[in-house]
Amino acid sequence: MKTAVFKIWRGNATGGEFREYTTGVSEGMVVLDAVNHIQATQANDLAYRWNCKAGKCGSCSAEVNGMPKLMCMTRLSDLPLEKPVTVQPMKAFPLIKDLLTDVSWNFRVKKKIKKFKPRPPDAPDGTWRMQQEDIDRVQEFRKCIECFLCQDVCHVLRDHGMHEKFIGPRFLIHVAALEMHPLDTENRVEELRNAYGIGYCNITKCCTKVCPESIHITDNGIIPLKERVVDDFYDPLGWIWRRLKKKSDRQNVEELKR
Amino acid sequence: MPEYETFQHDVLIIGSGGAGLRAAIEASAAGVSVGMVCKCLLGKAHTVMAEGGIAAALANVDDRDNWKVHFADTMRGGQYVNNWRMAELHAKEAPARVRELEAWGAVFDRTRDGRILQRNFGGHKYPRLAHVGDRTGLEMIRTLQDHGIHQGIDVYMETCIVTLLKDGDRVVGALGYDRERGHFKIFQAKAVVLATGGIGKAYKITSNSWDCTGDGHSLAYHAGATLIDMEYVQFHPTGMVWPPSVAGMLVTEGVRGEGGILTNADGKRFMFDFIPDNYKTQTADNEEEGWRYTQGDKNARRPPELLTRDHVARCIVREIKEGRGTPHGGVYLDISWIRKRLSNAEEHIKRKLPSMHHQFKALGDIDITKEPMEVGPTTHYIMGGVRVDADTQMSGVPGLFAAGECAAGINGANRLGGNSLSDLLVFGKRAGEFAAKFAKENSYGKIDNDQVDRYTREALKPFENSHGENPYSVQRDLQEVMQHNVGIVRDESEMQSALDHSKTFWERAAQVGVTGNRDFNPGWHTALDLRNLLTVAEAITHAALERKESRGAQFRDDYPEKDERFAKVNTVIRKAEDGSMEVRLEPLPEMPDYLKQVIEENR
Repeated sequence: MKTAVFKIWRGNATGGEFREYTTGVSEGMVVLDAVNHIQATQANDLAYRWNCKAGKCGSCSAEVNGMPKLMCMTRLSDLPLEKPVTVQPMKAFPLIKDLLTDVSWNFRVKKKIKKFKPRPPDAPDGTWRMQQEDIDRVQEFRKCIECFLCQDVCHVLRDHGMHEKFIGPRFLIHVAALEMHPLDTENRVEELRNAYGIGYCNITKCCTKVCPESIHITDNGIIPLKERVVDDFYDPLGWIWRRLKKKSDRQNVEELKR
Repeated sequence: MPEYETFQHDVLIIGSGGAGLRAAIEASAAGVSVGMVCKCLLGKAHTVMAEGGIAAALANVDDRDNWKVHFADTMRGGQYVNNWRMAELHAKEAPARVRELEAWGAVFDRTRDGRILQRNFGGHKYPRLAHVGDRTGLEMIRTLQDHGIHQGIDVYMETCIVTLLKDGDRVVGALGYDRERGHFKIFQAKAVVLATGGIGKAYKITSNSWDCTGDGHSLAYHAGATLIDMEYVQFHPTGMVWPPSVAGMLVTEGVRGEGGILTNADGKRFMFDFIPDNYKTQTADNEEEGWRYTQGDKNARRPPELLTRDHVARCIVREIKEGRGTPHGGVYLDISWIRKRLSNAEEHIKRKLPSMHHQFKALGDIDITKEPMEVGPTTHYIMGGVRVDADTQMSGVPGLFAAGECAAGINGANRLGGNSLSDLLVFGKRAGEFAAKFAKENSYGKIDNDQVDRYTREALKPFENSHGENPYSVQRDLQEVMQHNVGIVRDESEMQSALDHSKTFWERAAQVGVTGNRDFNPGWHTALDLRNLLTVAEAITHAALERKESRGAQFRDDYPEKDERFAKVNTVIRKAEDGSMEVRLEPLPEMPDYLKQVIEENR
């Protein structure tokens, strides 16, 4: 059987080192298969997260040969196996142990974002009407599996550690999904500018590149949000127009209900 | 003397998938304090993997649909051994639970007139599954999560429960540990809801996550609750078979709902060969009619690929056994053929089945818009679980509730696709509601410190035995035995042999050792999960031995037919006084006349 060498980071917040493990390689294997096999046979206490092994839960994020990846969707056949494969934890979050990082900051950030607030139902039976083309964009954003690879690669968080001032691409996309939701009536533009720190993003698109769900984070999410901020705070005509439009939208809905 | 942190909540929810989250939201809305323990991070529970949709008779696509048809479909699919009251509540309440998700921000695919779109699925007479492409579970768990985090629920992530704690007959809390530091925690509660999901990791080939180790089944059993229907393990007909590293990964039934067909190595569409009697009137007898059904023709009957999962899985096994399988030991599932029928087939497939397209492309080098997939059965779901009261979801142990996959009754001998997500919502809500009510009517019980110390010492034992056996080896051997001896085709001698193995597995589990310390140590966590896996494996085997017939998901080679003597009984398992596993048959409750009539009307 063919074999490959994996250099896996072992250690905790106080220090650590790469350790080498050799394991068999068979057709179709992904990095997570190799790491699971190493854990089961050579290093029972090797710490990392994984759940679904199908690219759906976003748990097994790590840096493979320096690139933020889901271990379960990274095929060994796409890596140069003549060299050791390095596997290390995400850098933007505090290390707990081995490949396991403390991602709790993400959960705290989400809690601070104003929740979904729908308009009153459109129909007497308490339901709403939405056209598919009006939700395509929101559905794209809602594909997010919260793997936090975009947070990991974002230099504002990764290199500058501005976790207190900037919510990062994952949560800008979360805000975008709420703001562009046809039923939502909440306004988060003021927060985007201040508490969420959207201005820190300078559109290098690293987040888009690493997204395993291929969400166009920058083009479809962050840039339109930036435009909203600019329109609301720096363009008085746009501001007035949108206020009027919102009002007429509301009237339309009222009429529909009647 | 170990140290403990103690937490107090009116209601403690164990599990954070669809049922756990829905229960937590409901209990919290009732004004009690709620703690929710998750084995993984919030939003990663196995619900996230559900693909096809949520079954609910919204009648948005076919206005002939209503709760009665959904009820009749569920009972027929379950071979009428379902708990009729649960099936009734489920069919009646599912539509409201789906609409509620929309009010909380879920964005389902739409009909042309802007309502929630519904798709066809096996065993459902009308298009009934509200969905978001093929990632409905993600939509559901994220909606519940994003709503739930604003409800004042205390969430304990990456925390595992070792045992439930009792005061006399009543459950008064649970003992667990946080995975990060390995610290023990006492959760004192007036009511406890189990929402721990399934048991897939008892088998080698499974669609389930690592954490589906039957924790709730096992916790309830050891706390004195009753398990029923444990022989009914659903083998989903279509799991990936190649490459080996992805074997078992789910291929959604939505593929067949959108027109996908099953063929064997000879290119024959084999599902037309055998259509069970109770589905004959509902099933197309030619390919043309089947195609029209998938395209929304209300006068057409469903293609045989959309028969129930137990039946489709057995047909696939038959093709493979009789030498008509594919090179990698499966059959072909082909959606690419619809190119012959639809001009925009490629776009259509990518829009309707985006995850499947991605999954096969990324992991198997297959473009499903151009070539067929190779598929075979994979362990997917257990119909059996904790016996609960249909209305309140309380088990036989006061203060202990269960909802979702770890509870039993709604599905009988076989679950219809899509009924699981609706089950989580309907009975998650009910469990939360009635657990809150129970908590309001009762005070905290007494935590028995001796009991806590005993379990803690036992849990730490593997550390004293660093040269003991590797816990992963025991887990792997158990999975092999269950796969081969208590799998999709069963017989007495193989299952007896599994029970003999079981004794050695318990001995080996008691002797496992772990290296390293208590800081996030997966070897240790695996050692602790063994008790749960072994308990459910034994329960499945005992129940399957007791039911000497074939019905629904249970197929016995030595008793290949249905037997009237077993038509109206549940297998019932409980822990006997001496600690052994007691199995017996108990009669089903008699269905009231108004529901019998509903079934007659929908024959």
